Amino acid sequence: MIDLYLDLPVWIQSALKGLIVIMVIIPIAGACSLAERKVSAWIQGRPGPNRATVPWVAWIPFFGKFLQRLGVFHLMADGAKFIFKEDVLPGHVNKFYYYLAPLVALVPALCTIVVVPFGAYFDAATETLQPVILANVDVGILAVFAIGSLSVYSLILAGWASNSKYPFLGGVRASAQLISYELSMTLSVIPVFLWVNAPGGNGTLSLFDVVQSQSQPGFLGGMWFVFLMPLCAFVFLVALFAETNRQPFDMPESEADLVGGFHTEYGEFKWSLFFVAEYAHMTIGSGVFVLLFLGGWNPLPWVPLAPLIAGLPIWLGGLIGIGVFLAKSLAFIFLFMWIRWTLPRFRYDQVMTIGWQKLLPLAIGNVIFYALAIAVIERS
Amino acid sequence: MSFKTVERKPLTFAERTYVPQILSGLKTTLRHMVKPKETLEYPETRPIIPDGYRGVPTLVKDPHGREKCVSCQLCEFVCPPKAIRIKPGEISAESDQAHVEKAPEEFDIDMLRCIYCGLCQEVCPEEAIWLQNVFSMSGYTREEMVNDKTRLYELGGTLPDDHFKWDKKKAAEEAGNAAH
Amino acid sequence: MIQPAQPELVTVTIDGKEIAVPKGTNVIEAARLAGTDVPHYCYHPKLSVAGNCRMCLIELGMPMADRATHEPIMDPETGKQKIGWIPHPQIGCATNVVPGMQVKTQSPMVKECREGVMEFLLINHPLDCPICDQAGECKLQEQATGYGRGYSRFIEQKNVKPKRAQLGPRVTLDDERCVLCSRCIRFCQEVAKDDVLGFVDRGSYSTLTCYPGKELKNNYSLNTVDICPVGALTSTDFRFKMRVWFLKQTNSIDTESSVGANTVVWSREGVIYRITPRRNDEVNDTWMADSGRILYKQVQADDRLHQSTVKGQPATLAAVIADAAKLAKAGHVAVVGSGRSSVEEQFLTKRLATTLETETFVVGQTGEGDGLLISADRNPNTRGALVTGLVADVPTAQLDALGAEIDAGRVKTIISVGEDLIAAGLTPAQLDKVALIILSAHGTSTTAVADVVIPTLTVFEKNGTFINQQFRLQKFAQAIPGLTSASNDLVVLDELIAAVGGEASEGDMKSLWKSMGAEIPVFANITYGNLPATGLLLDSSAWDNLNFPEGETLHFKPAAAEASA
Repeated sequence: MIDLYLDLPVWIQSALKGLIVIMVIIPIAGACSLAERKVSAWIQGRPGPNRATVPWVAWIPFFGKFLQRLGVFHLMADGAKFIFKEDVLPGHVNKFYYYLAPLVALVPALCTIVVVPFGAYFDAATETLQPVILANVDVGILAVFAIGSLSVYSLILAGWASNSKYPFLGGVRASAQLISYELSMTLSVIPVFLWVNAPGGNGTLSLFDVVQSQSQPGFLGGMWFVFLMPLCAFVFLVALFAETNRQPFDMPESEADLVGGFHTEYGEFKWSLFFVAEYAHMTIGSGVFVLLFLGGWNPLPWVPLAPLIAGLPIWLGGLIGIGVFLAKSLAFIFLFMWIRWTLPRFRYDQVMTIGWQKLLPLAIGNVIFYALAIAVIERS
Repeated sequence: MSFKTVERKPLTFAERTYVPQILSGLKTTLRHMVKPKETLEYPETRPIIPDGYRGVPTLVKDPHGREKCVSCQLCEFVCPPKAIRIKPGEISAESDQAHVEKAPEEFDIDMLRCIYCGLCQEVCPEEAIWLQNVFSMSGYTREEMVNDKTRLYELGGTLPDDHFKWDKKKAAEEAGNAAH
Repeated sequence: MIQPAQPELVTVTIDGKEIAVPKGTNVIEAARLAGTDVPHYCYHPKLSVAGNCRMCLIELGMPMADRATHEPIMDPETGKQKIGWIPHPQIGCATNVVPGMQVKTQSPMVKECREGVMEFLLINHPLDCPICDQAGECKLQEQATGYGRGYSRFIEQKNVKPKRAQLGPRVTLDDERCVLCSRCIRFCQEVAKDDVLGFVDRGSYSTLTCYPGKELKNNYSLNTVDICPVGALTSTDFRFKMRVWFLKQTNSIDTESSVGANTVVWSREGVIYRITPRRNDEVNDTWMADSGRILYKQVQADDRLHQSTVKGQPATLAAVIADAAKLAKAGHVAVVGSGRSSVEEQFLTKRLATTLETETFVVGQTGEGDGLLISADRNPNTRGALVTGLVADVPTAQLDALGAEIDAGRVKTIISVGEDLIAAGLTPAQLDKVALIILSAHGTSTTAVADVVIPTLTVFEKNGTFINQQFRLQKFAQAIPGLTSASNDLVVLDELIAAVGGEASEGDMKSLWKSMGAEIPVFANITYGNLPATGLLLDSSAWDNLNFPEGETLHFKPAAAEASA
């Protein structure tokens, strides 16, 4: 099977890989919406969705009941509902942009996955670890930032095309917030790449190389960057929350003061696309954080993946790599939800103050500090 | 009006970073996540109805099976949303309850109107109408939501009686003035 | 208009308030005039005084005078004449006022007396207000709120007396509830002149009953139910039908005869439950006949008409009116008015006849008068027909003149406003020769053969006025909404007048009475709204020489009898 796959033309291979990734990401995004409801319920002392069931699944003893209690069928029911609901078009909207916005939301979210490695396998021929990735290009993190930022256009478009007050305010907030936090986010990863790009080597922004540099032998080499550069990780984490519009930074949506924010005028499938995009964004953001600071597919600090799977068949090794990475990402997504259902929303002025007056100086100081520190370490 | 100025304690550095508070908040929510759930899963498990609960109004019989309502229509009069409709009737002379003389011929409570205030129970001189522990009343049509006499007695059942005043009345009538 | 003679006034002091009342008034009535209520059971303003309930006990006093010199004894403290209070209470009903009399109705002693009387009355009174029809209009209930103890000290067995006893065809008696006030007995003796009720046994065993072999079955028996202060006497018809506090009261007039007894119609949500008399000292005092109390049943009678028809085929009112107008315009029309129509309807009937330039006829309804509240003329509004000009003389029972006209072929169309022509003496053969337009609330043998039938309303469903045998203009008000399938007589008449080219009224009582006042001299300056509830006596001099069928009844003497007396 593997051989058959490897014999195919490269573009078909890429298309197949792309399809598989989409087919994984979208269900994960969907599952996230269910997880969100379950986690919120558990935190609030409720069982959460647990009623919907499919007859012939319910007949399976124990397991059927378990799935029902888990609310899995609510997810299907929701999906079916979104697809079959009447497609309502408010009379006052700008039709073209109104329909464009949900698509614009989804496209960048799915595009960024191209440069994110989500696993690694051991290539016996070269005796090296190779990334499982759609496009192993050196621009890596730059591409993630560049494309990922485009998603804010969907919010602005949605807010503007809705031709109504609340969505418009939501869109304005989204753009301001994105600009504020994009800076800190970019600055926070500079020390990571300063460390990865040791003098003399090929300059790289590849996320695969970031993980590789966390898989070196020795105390410093095997240390995950979250321990090496905790402040970078913190700034990146805060900015990531702001970028993905999650609580406590979900200014664009902000039900309490903006009804539904940018998606007030949206319904049925178009509305769900925004949420698929948001969760896809969250998934990729979690992945990037895991790659940058949590050692990627390395199961534990100072325990690299490569020696563990060196003797295994290529597909098994690959699956283990992907598995470890997915587990870490999902745990991180859980953190997103956990925080969402713990913290209240900031006021908008607080968001701006934190972004510009607190986080940005901190990120700049952080860059200077690590630049100096790395220079000192490299020199010695 | 007097004012009292409350001194605000300045925030410490740790507080200003929000981080310790966020962490303690996360701890709280995590504790709740693993705690047993509070939710009562309604149709399967039923709530415990406290004494004196004001549920659906019903008509009751006394322990001897006598219909207590004598259709005095006070409940109909007092009912704020005018949910009660009674058509009074006479008990036939052949009945062994003939000494009560009066009983409702029709007794309708429109549950679409009822506000469960309990004034009917409070005003009833015969202790015949009781708001008992049925709290869920539903139907597909307006007609279904009107409880007629049969249904009201079905819902009400029998409640204990303290005085049996009508039985005493009947006994006195049978004994006549010779008894004293 | 006849002015009552100015009675001699007597000044008394009631609870410190001086008031002038007519001589011969008793203390209860004097107190009522002073705005104070003296509770009572046995006293009734229209019956003799029995003084057996003892509820109306009051304190009496007279200004003191020296026995020997008859000099007033002055109180040095106040500078006024000293009052000598009678040390024990007196009953108010049997005490007539004298000048200078002092009355206390609110003193501690009076209150204690009332409480004592109430406690004794309640000893044997059953606690069955929930099933008692009097509840809500029960004097015992009312006084118990003011003077009741709230709980009973009586631990013995209550007396057992007959319950559900049938005193007559229309009256049911519950003896346990009776407080032995004897109002019913006095009514039967004094007003109905049918002495059938009395007490048997003694003390607390006293029991109201009929004399052996007799029944309370006179046509005034239900008045005993009205005057019974408690729930002992109940109407078999109204028994257990509806609590009185739900019933809306509307003033109306008894349509049985030309006496025009004032009534109250008790209805709830468009259903009439009973009719009781309304006090009018000039007409019916506080009484009315039993037969007038069941007239409400005509509202929901099986023979009510629900559909306007043309030759037996259902048609809309507009179509029916158009058809009737076509028939009427063809000429040779006779209009039959009715002594049962209101004055307003008779006025419009007359206007319709004037527009068509035809003759009008009215059917007389006579029966035997009972000398009390049912007169020989069974039309409630024969005087109205005279005043509005429908007829010039007292109408005869039969329409012989109209029959002759038909036979002579001079009448081709008859418009009848509420009269049954076959019952009025026209033969079916005669009716076959003419086109019939009938306005009627109920189906009759005439409506069965009529060409055009328009359903109308009963007296309970409309406003209007009647003129009784005294030429007293009395108004009745709409008690319940009219049948939606029937039309108001006034509306139908108006539309008919308009359809045949006459001048219709503006459709409201105010403007109708304006034109009536303008056209009929005795109605000048009368408006419907200003008519007093007890009626307005009209100037009857224009009709004094007519030969009315009425004999003597309560508060009415025929002109002939008066002249001979």
